[in-house]
Parts: sequence; structure tokens; C-alpha cells
Amino acid sequence: MALLQISEPGLSTAPHQHRLAVGIDLGTTNSLVATVRNGVAVVLNDAHGHGLLPSVVRFHKDGTTTVGIAAQAQAADDPHNTIISAKRFMGRGIKDIPDAATMPYQFVDAPGMVQIKTVAGVKSPVEVSAEILKTLKARAEASLGGDLVGAVITVPAYFDDAQRQATKDAAKVAGINVLRLLNEPTAAAIAYGLDNASEGIYAVYDLGGGTFDISILKLTKGVFEVLATNGDSALGGDDFDRRIYCWILEKAGLHAIDDHDKTLLMARAREAKETLSEHAQAKITAVLTSGEVVDQSLSEDGFNEMTASLVNKTLAPCRKALRDAGLDASEVKGVVMVGGSTRVPRIQAAVGEFFGQTPLTNLDPDKVVALGAAIQANVLAGNKSGDDWLLLDVVPLSLGLETMGGLTEKIIPRNATIPTARAQEFTTYKDGQTAMSIHVVQGERELVSDCRSLARFELRGIPPMVAGAARIRVTFQVDADGLLSVTAREMGTGVESHIAVKPSYGLTDDEVATMLRDSYAHAQDDMTARNLAEARVDGQRLLEATEAALAENGEALLSPAERAVVEKQIADLRTVLQGGDLAAVKRATEALNHGTVEFAARRMDISVRKALTGHRLDELEI
Amino acid sequence: MSLDFNRNHFDLFGLPQAFALDTARLDQAYRDIQAEIHPDRFAHAGESEQRLAMQWATKVNEAYQTLKKPFERARYLLSLNGVDAMDARNTSMPADFLMLQMEWREALEQARAGKNEKTLRALEQTLQEQARGMRAELGVLLDEQRAYARAGDTLRKLRFMDKLLEEVGAAYESLD
Ligand SMILES: Nc1ncnc2c1ncn2[C@@H]1O[C@H](COP(=O)(O)OP(=O)(O)O)[C@@H](O)[C@H]1O
Ligand SMILES: [Mg+2]
Repeated sequence: MALLQISEPGLSTAPHQHRLAVGIDLGTTNSLVATVRNGVAVVLNDAHGHGLLPSVVRFHKDGTTTVGIAAQAQAADDPHNTIISAKRFMGRGIKDIPDAATMPYQFVDAPGMVQIKTVAGVKSPVEVSAEILKTLKARAEASLGGDLVGAVITVPAYFDDAQRQATKDAAKVAGINVLRLLNEPTAAAIAYGLDNASEGIYAVYDLGGGTFDISILKLTKGVFEVLATNGDSALGGDDFDRRIYCWILEKAGLHAIDDHDKTLLMARAREAKETLSEHAQAKITAVLTSGEVVDQSLSEDGFNEMTASLVNKTLAPCRKALRDAGLDASEVKGVVMVGGSTRVPRIQAAVGEFFGQTPLTNLDPDKVVALGAAIQANVLAGNKSGDDWLLLDVVPLSLGLETMGGLTEKIIPRNATIPTARAQEFTTYKDGQTAMSIHVVQGERELVSDCRSLARFELRGIPPMVAGAARIRVTFQVDADGLLSVTAREMGTGVESHIAVKPSYGLTDDEVATMLRDSYAHAQDDMTARNLAEARVDGQRLLEATEAALAENGEALLSPAERAVVEKQIADLRTVLQGGDLAAVKRATEALNHGTVEFAARRMDISVRKALTGHRLDELEI
Repeated sequence: MSLDFNRNHFDLFGLPQAFALDTARLDQAYRDIQAEIHPDRFAHAGESEQRLAMQWATKVNEAYQTLKKPFERARYLLSLNGVDAMDARNTSMPADFLMLQMEWREALEQARAGKNEKTLRALEQTLQEQARGMRAELGVLLDEQRAYARAGDTLRKLRFMDKLLEEVGAAYESLD
């Protein structure tokens, strides 16, 4: 057996190594992966030199998939099994997809989230997204030559809790450790802010293929503070395409067309739209299944006219965001344009007019989100960086619960800085009531039926009392990823009541585990090997973090006896990390986690004091 | 020795316990503390530290939001002095203020019905001026006279103003 290693006191054993971390822009239309290399954020290309990965997944009968450019090229040939813009379905029910009829998919109305029937079985949008993430992960690992420590994955700022949760689940299925879910406009601001070292109020206008976000940020001495955010998570370039598509059908007098033609004409519509960003006129030609030929020409003016209402639809959220931030358009110092759709000249003009200034377009609108995410991932992974900055982001939509009469009671208001928590007390309606159902919703409207339903809880075992006497405390906690968790307990009696959680959206842990298994059933990859590798990465991360913490202030904060206990747990973990026993790795990791709770608390106290006094740690009396 | 997680919001930011507030100092202290304890600083740390960071950042955000907004700050100061200003049983309002309330509500209704942005703006200005006056009054009552019961009365008026101003905001949106 190899001899155990013991490090010199006060020295970290972890060599100063660069941890591989990436930023992933999981877009409706295109996805990208970027990393920081030699201090510079760069987009990672595939073997053919392509950076953008079209967010298109084709499922085959044998369970394999084609992802990206190839899948996109085959879309019209296999429309039912080639999923485009799956992001629009994340965390959404069938009734939330108004244009489902124009899509070639066979939707299955599953509880919580819609699913799609394919030759490879029924697929959740989470699984489709996971295929895209897996492709990007493989690209990154091939290009960086090692396992990733983790990734920052971006989401539209206006994504609600169900959509964020679905994104995190997709990462889990893809075997990616999520360092943070980051809002797309905020990621763009990082990429811009660090380049320009600017201070002041900025607006980020992000119009992609399927989502629209507007964020108002304040930049002060390295702090990015989101003041307000607004948007529409179902508005984007796709809608512009659909306007052209409908125009083509009408002009050609086409009625019943098959799915091949639908997909083909939507692709032609998009090409025409993109052409019109550069030219005054676009030709649209296609040969339909019937042999019929479509040959039309669309002018920029015609396009602007048919999409004017869509452009306007983006301005109302801009007004609301400014109002929430308590600002006037004239106070905005710069407007950052993000997303492929901001290349449309009419959009640039409308945004310029609204904010009274020419918008900033100096960074590539396709890449800026991924680059910002990579910069943040590099910091979160613990790689040293010259500048230090801090992101303070917000909840996009109010969170609340249903009260009598189908009304919403807001617990956490929109634009509250995260992480955040709020508690509120409720009471019973009837004498002797022993159970209470708690319905968690998200949205701004007064009626519950107009808000998004997130989850239903049942609190049972309330001691029978007269109506209005019980005190039920419901606590909402939103973490730094913007994800919500809710707890409820009866306060009056001091008896902690039992809660049954039944999420009405998203996936249960079991479902995620099943997807994970399925997704590897078709790959060479062995599930157990995968689990071991992931547990090792977790254990290694904790080991390094604890050693760094000990080196920093183990001496000051732990008694020799306390320190010895932690050192022993470290040594145990290091030993099992070298072996192949999954359960042992998990056990030792858990033990070290548990063993460092008090140490962590003391370190945190020190951090707060340090911030308060502005003094160095060793000047503080402990 | 461990820091008291439940210490009062003013102590947390090293600020004197008063309604009068040096907002620049509050902002600075808030940013300094977040820079140390925000969960992003612990994304690569152990689980315990990650959880603590979330709890601390949550607490610091709450404290900051409470002190930043004059209404919340006054309410918090009163609660530190044992006064629950928003007790549901206490709803008394002076008659003259009730009259004013009715006038303002009417003005809001008219502006909304007539989709008149100019009257809306005028109303908003009147309301904001009134609210400013109430905040000044709160400063005197809380910091100089320590007249907590009367401060509670003013605070209830201010809450009405804040709510009405919110409705004015919603009315602007309905003009779109
Ligand atoms: N030159 C262009 N002119 C107009 N629209 C464009 C242009 N280039 C890309 N787009 C549109 O941008 C959208 C994709 O933008 P992107 O930022 O990649 O979206 P997402 O973030 O949703 O993946 C598509 O609707 C695409 O048609
Ligand atoms: Mg995007």
C-alpha cells in the first residue's frame, strides 16, 4: 500500500493548477461554449471550426442522436424527429405553446412539462437540451484536454422558476456540474463591462430566437447590480420568421401543407429575414413536396410593416423595467445589444429611438453571452483573476401563493436581489382544520389563474383549533441560481408539521435519474464509471477547498484537537480517492463536509468582520 | 466567539441606529460585505460554506432592503423600540387625511378613465411631495422627539401614499 502523504503545516497541497471551467450559452437557436484561456475569454470551436452549434437535435430509431449543423440540414427530411427550438418548451405545458399547431411535432400533454413523441420514444425538452449540453461538454473536454470542474449555464433573465429548474435538470442529465445559472443579459454585461471598464447605468436588450430580455444594471467599482429586469420568454426571431411564413402561405394561396413543407418554408422565411438585414430585397424560392414551386420576393419595407407590432412588443417591457428601476431613459449611459435578432436594422432603430442614443454593437451579439459566462465560470471555479467583481442579480417575477378566492399573495416581489428569503404567516379558514394545501405561483397578476403554477404542497397534522387560531409560517427561499424552495410549518404549538411536496412542474429526482440512465444506455460510457468519476471530482473539489481554508486560517480558528480531526478526515478522503470504491468516496466526502461545518461558520464570521472593519484578519481579536 | 447571526441591521452595516441615514455609507458597507460573503465567492468551496454563504447573503440583502427604503427603515426602528406600527388592529386615520385620500383616489380614477398622462403626472408629483413631507416628519419624530406612537401614525399615512403611488405606476402601464 502506498504511504499516506502529509503536507507541511500551513501549506496547501493543491498545486496551483488551472481548473477547467466553461460558460455555456444554451440558446433557443444557437448554443455555444466558451472558456478563459491565458486570461482571455474565447469561444471553443468544433473540429470544423464552427463556434455556433445550432440548437437542433435529431433522434434516430436506434437511440442515437445527431446534434447541430447536420441535424439542422436534415430537419425538413425528418421533421417529426428533429427538434428545433426545444428551449421554448422547457418547463412549459402544452397550453403555454400557442403556436403548437404550426409545429410538426407530436406533443404529449404530460403533467408539468410537455413532451414530444419521436422514433426513439417520448422525449422531454430536458432530454433534448441535455443532448445539446453533452455535445458542448464533449467539445470542451476535447479542446481543453481534461474533465471539466463545472460550467456556468446561461438562462434568459425572464425565465421563471420552472424554466430554470428544467435547465438545471438538463445539465444534470448531461453530467455537468453547474457552478451557477446566470442570466443572459448579466453575462453580456460582464463581457462588456470588463472590456470597457465603464461605470453608470446600462441597459441590456437581448432579442434571440425565442426569448426577449431587458435588464437595467448599475455598474459601480466592480459591482454589477441588476436594478430591474423584464421581458417575454416567448418572443424572438422565430416570431418574425412565422410572420414571413404566414405571408408566403397567403401570397401563394397555400392551405394544407405537410410537415416537410412547413419546416422548409420556415427555414426559407428565416433566410429571407436575415438577408433583409443587409439588403433591401430578399428572394424566397422553394420546391414543395407536390412539386409546386414557390417563388416570391419580400422587400425590407414589407418585412418592417408585417413585424412592426413585434418590435413594439419589446418596448413595453423596456418601459416597465425603467419604471421598476426608478429611472428615466435619459439616465441610461449605454444600451448593449445582444442576440442575433438585434441585427435587424428596424430593431436597432427602434431601440435607439426609445433610449435616445445609438445602441452599442461592438461585441458580436451571438457570442457575448457565452464569453461573459466563461469569465464568470473562471472566477467561480476559483481560478485567480486580476480584477475582482461581484454580481448582484434579481428575481424576475414575483413569487407568491394562493389564498382564499383564487387570489395571489406575493411573498417575494419581483426584482428582489438574490439570494433572498421571506416568510409570512397564514391561518386556517375552518374550525378544526388539520391540513392546508399550499399552492406556489409566480407572476404579477392578481388572479392565481393568470399566474404560473409552480408547485403544490400539503401541510398536514395541524392540531385542531378554531378557525384563524393556527399560525402557519411559510418560508420562500430563492438561492443564487434564482431557484425557489418553500417550507411550511405550524408555529403556535411548536410542533413541526410534516410537509408533502408535490411539484406540479419539472421532474422528480427519480425521473432525472432515469433519463440519466437512458442517456448512457446508448453511449459507450459506463454509468458506474461515470458516477465514480463525478464523485471523485466532488471529493477532490472539497479536499482542495478545505486545504485552502486550513492554510488560510486553520491556525487561527481551530484548536489543535479540532484541526487534527479535520486533518484525519482529509487524509481518509485522500486515501479513498485513490481507490475505486464509490460508496467509500461518497462517505468520506460527506464526513469531511460534516466535519467542517463549524470551521465554515467561523470563517464566515471572519469574512463579515473583515468587510465591516476593512481591517486585515490578523488584526482582529477572535 | 461567534458573530450573532441575528444582530440588528444597523449594527450589521456599522451604522448608527437612526432614521437619518448616510445612504452612501450604507451602499458601501453593503457592497463590502457582499464582496466577502456572496455565494459566488464560495462556488468552489465546501458544501457547508456554500450554505452559510447563502444564508448570510440572504440576511445581508434583507437588512439592506429594510434600511434602504424609508418606510421599511422607520417600521424597523419602531419594532426595535417595541412598537408594531402595522398592527392590523390599529387602522385609525385622522379625518382630514381621509378626505385627502378620497380626493386623490378620485383624481387617479379620472386620469385613468381619461387616459390622461398629464393629470397622472401632476397627481404623482403631489403625492411624492406629500410623501417627502411625511418622511421628514418621521425623521423628527423618531430621531429627535422619540415619539414612537405618533411616528406610527405618520408611518401608516406613508404606507397609504406608497400604495397609491404604486397604483399610479400601474395606471401608467395601462396607458401603453
Ligand atoms: N443577420 C441577421 N438578421 C436578422 N436576424 C438574424 C440575423 N442573424 C441571426 N438572426 C436571428 O437571430 C436569432 C438567433 O439569435 P441567437 O442570439 O443565436 O438566439 P438564441 O439566443 O435564441 O439562440 C434567429 O431568429 C436568427 O434568425
Ligand atoms: Mg441568446
